[in-house]
Amino acid sequence: MTALMTASPRVGRRGFLQGMAASAASLTIGFHLPAKAAGPAAATDGALVNAWLRIGPDGFVTVLSNVSELGQGTSSAIAQVLADELDLDWSRVGTAHAPVEAPYFNPLIQQYAVWGSTGMSTQFEALRKVGAQARAMLVQAAAARWTVAPESCATRDGAVVHDASGRSLGYGDLAVEAAKLTPPAEPALKPKEQWRYIGKGMPRLDLPAKVDGSAVFGVDVALEGLRVATIRQAPVFGGRLLSVDEGPALAVKGVEKVVRLPDAVAVVARGYWQAHKGIEALSPVWDTGDNPKLDSAGVSARLHAALEAGEAKTFPRRDQDPAAQEAATKQALDTAATRFTRTYEAPFLHHATLEPMNGTARMTADGGVELWLPTQNQSQGRLAIAAALGIPAEKVTIHTTLIGGGFGRRIEVDYGVQAALIAKAAGVPVKLIWSREEDTGHGFYRPAAVARVTAGLDADRTLKGMVFEAAAPGLFPYSELGKVERNRTMPVEFTGLMYALRLPYAVGAYRAAYARTDVGVRCGFWRSVGDSQNAFFVESFIDELAVEAGADPVDYRRRLLAQAPRELGVLDAVAAASGWGAALPKGVHRGIALSRSNGSSSAMVIEIGVDGTAVTLRKVWFAIDCGLCVNPDSVKRQIEGGVIFGLTAAMTGKITVAGGAVEQGNFHDVPLMTMAGAPAFAVMVLETGGRMGGVGEEGVAAAAPALANALFRATGNRYRSLPLIDHGFTFAG
Amino acid sequence: MAYTLTVNGRRRTVDVDGDTPLLWVLRDELGLTGTKFGCGAGLCGACTVHLDGTATRSCTVPVEAAAGTAVTTIEALSPDRSHPVQVAWLAEQVPQCGYCQSGMIMAAAALLKETPKPTEAEIDAAITNLCRCGTYPRVKQAILRAAAGA
Repeated sequence: MTALMTASPRVGRRGFLQGMAASAASLTIGFHLPAKAAGPAAATDGALVNAWLRIGPDGFVTVLSNVSELGQGTSSAIAQVLADELDLDWSRVGTAHAPVEAPYFNPLIQQYAVWGSTGMSTQFEALRKVGAQARAMLVQAAAARWTVAPESCATRDGAVVHDASGRSLGYGDLAVEAAKLTPPAEPALKPKEQWRYIGKGMPRLDLPAKVDGSAVFGVDVALEGLRVATIRQAPVFGGRLLSVDEGPALAVKGVEKVVRLPDAVAVVARGYWQAHKGIEALSPVWDTGDNPKLDSAGVSARLHAALEAGEAKTFPRRDQDPAAQEAATKQALDTAATRFTRTYEAPFLHHATLEPMNGTARMTADGGVELWLPTQNQSQGRLAIAAALGIPAEKVTIHTTLIGGGFGRRIEVDYGVQAALIAKAAGVPVKLIWSREEDTGHGFYRPAAVARVTAGLDADRTLKGMVFEAAAPGLFPYSELGKVERNRTMPVEFTGLMYALRLPYAVGAYRAAYARTDVGVRCGFWRSVGDSQNAFFVESFIDELAVEAGADPVDYRRRLLAQAPRELGVLDAVAAASGWGAALPKGVHRGIALSRSNGSSSAMVIEIGVDGTAVTLRKVWFAIDCGLCVNPDSVKRQIEGGVIFGLTAAMTGKITVAGGAVEQGNFHDVPLMTMAGAPAFAVMVLETGGRMGGVGEEGVAAAAPALANALFRATGNRYRSLPLIDHGFTFAG
Repeated sequence: MAYTLTVNGRRRTVDVDGDTPLLWVLRDELGLTGTKFGCGAGLCGACTVHLDGTATRSCTVPVEAAAGTAVTTIEALSPDRSHPVQVAWLAEQVPQCGYCQSGMIMAAAALLKETPKPTEAEIDAAITNLCRCGTYPRVKQAILRAAAGA
């Protein structure tokens, strides 16, 4: 617990420089951009503020990260940026989670949260300034002590040095004095040529604790008097708890309490196993309403019907209103020599984080609650928990733990709300841990989707125009993030059209239309969100057009990318690296696809071996242009992981519904790729120096279409629905 | 009822039901939380420990079956992250979220003890732990690095 507690020092809400209350010998620097609003009541829409750092008397620097560490390595990347500006010694730097306070709100979303691969890209410049300000203050403190001009001092490896006199003072000796100084408004930033850490594969600071078992994830939280709870939620979507006989659970040794929630029952016990036995002993009675009629075939039929009935509405674009888009595409398609239409489909998908949903809550003496949560959505979590308990948000304190995988699932805070309600009802601190089966059955799933894509082609197969129409459930009605977006800048849900809203390709007149078709299945943000299905649809379709045109799929894409230099760059990079076009051994085939999101552009070639229906993933070449890159090695690992995530979904991923409930339970029916099935990788991070984009989600979207396109080359058949095992394929490993 | 087993070199006695999985004895009774809960069904390997030297998924071993054995968890693989597998893991920067990595490392350490120079195929066959972050290419590299003594 020590690590968690020290990770949550207090900071002034206005973000002013403030000494640590507990330790006079440390420097706490909080910086912020001009505040829109500040103060306790404005904690969720307050200042646009950035990171800060703590310098101990021994000179050890703790960087407080406002980005939940889900495995993406952003906490270390933040430290890299600050370490460069401050000239720190990397071996004397650590990270901790910043508390949930306004100074740490992400400048783009004005929330304490991370999503959309924005942890670094939205904060990079502000972080540099934070570091440069701190450096200037440390220099000023040393110069004052030596009575020399600050300009005559330099900084080196965590110390201020005065080369003229050979003097040196470690930051730890200067922190207290520096903390009393006013941060300069516009400190000089270190020029790019002098960067030592940014752009380098620095070892991640969170990894040592992840190889010796000392890392504290949500499930590992320990508190005095802590009890463990587990939960059984209404299996049918929208179900409510009618009644439950507590007796059988209370008869289990170690079980202390049964707690009823509106849609669930929880058992509180001395440990997880007793709670598990208690929950297994219960026979809750659920009110399921009409929802048992819901099944996957019905969902699919409903999505197809939505498109057939013309429910898809053209999404407004800044440069063209829907009516103009419709007129332009109609004209293009009407005057084309032929129309080419294909329909694609994708299933619901689950996040399947290895760490099941969990949360720890302790009621406080003042009627508030303190929680330890593996969450990436602290701001919304606090509001949701406050609302559930009927207390002001200020009385909800969230400590962020390490997170055993997120992929979008930790945007939701259902487990945090439950933990708070159970702790309150039980009157003891409670750590709620879901079983794997509960985790699988109560996700916020990537929506199932159907898309119909139509192209108008001239006699010479030139593209005249294209229409993309998709039907899929929305995320906004269900997701905590949706609740924010819905109320903020996005009056119309766009998630169902991501990647398809603006194509990188020049396809002539174009429009994208979306029929948000809510079917009663709880949906949410899944790594790469709408790109995950729409890149499959679009990139499969482009591949089909290449075939129609009798063109090589790389050449065909290249022709359509004349106005998209970043996409052209990554396409050319993977084509060159993979030796695209060279003769391949018998039974070996390749496919290609692009993707573009979060300000980054990607291209992927996959090489597969096919023997009948048995498929082996041989190698992946992947090029990403994410602009300026803080840690290229870390980016490569994110891409490898993202590609494996996307390939896993393409091969075997699906959540199906029968009788209103999810059919899958544990990993036996949610198969994940294993080491034996993983391909070799060659990932290229293109150093174009452009605007910084995201990297956490960027490996995912191109994986499915690249694989399906390779299978087309292998078999001559188009696979227009996922997962591919449903077409009879088996995958090695 | 009371069960006695040796955990990380120390004799420990716990008073739990005999069907309590070793995983929950380690985590809830002994406070050794480096061993993770992923599935409770022996499918993911996040709970892998060494039972008398053999890589074992502790979520499916009832404590009554583990009594009298010697259990090693990630916390005691080495006192200072100096086990060759841990060294290789950091050199290759393997973990992402890190949740599966205790189990991966314990599985890898057991593999290398049995097969000091495994082929890639032997690694594929032996390491069936699930990693949702997709660290497999790095896991394999790290095992090969540890085997090479680099």
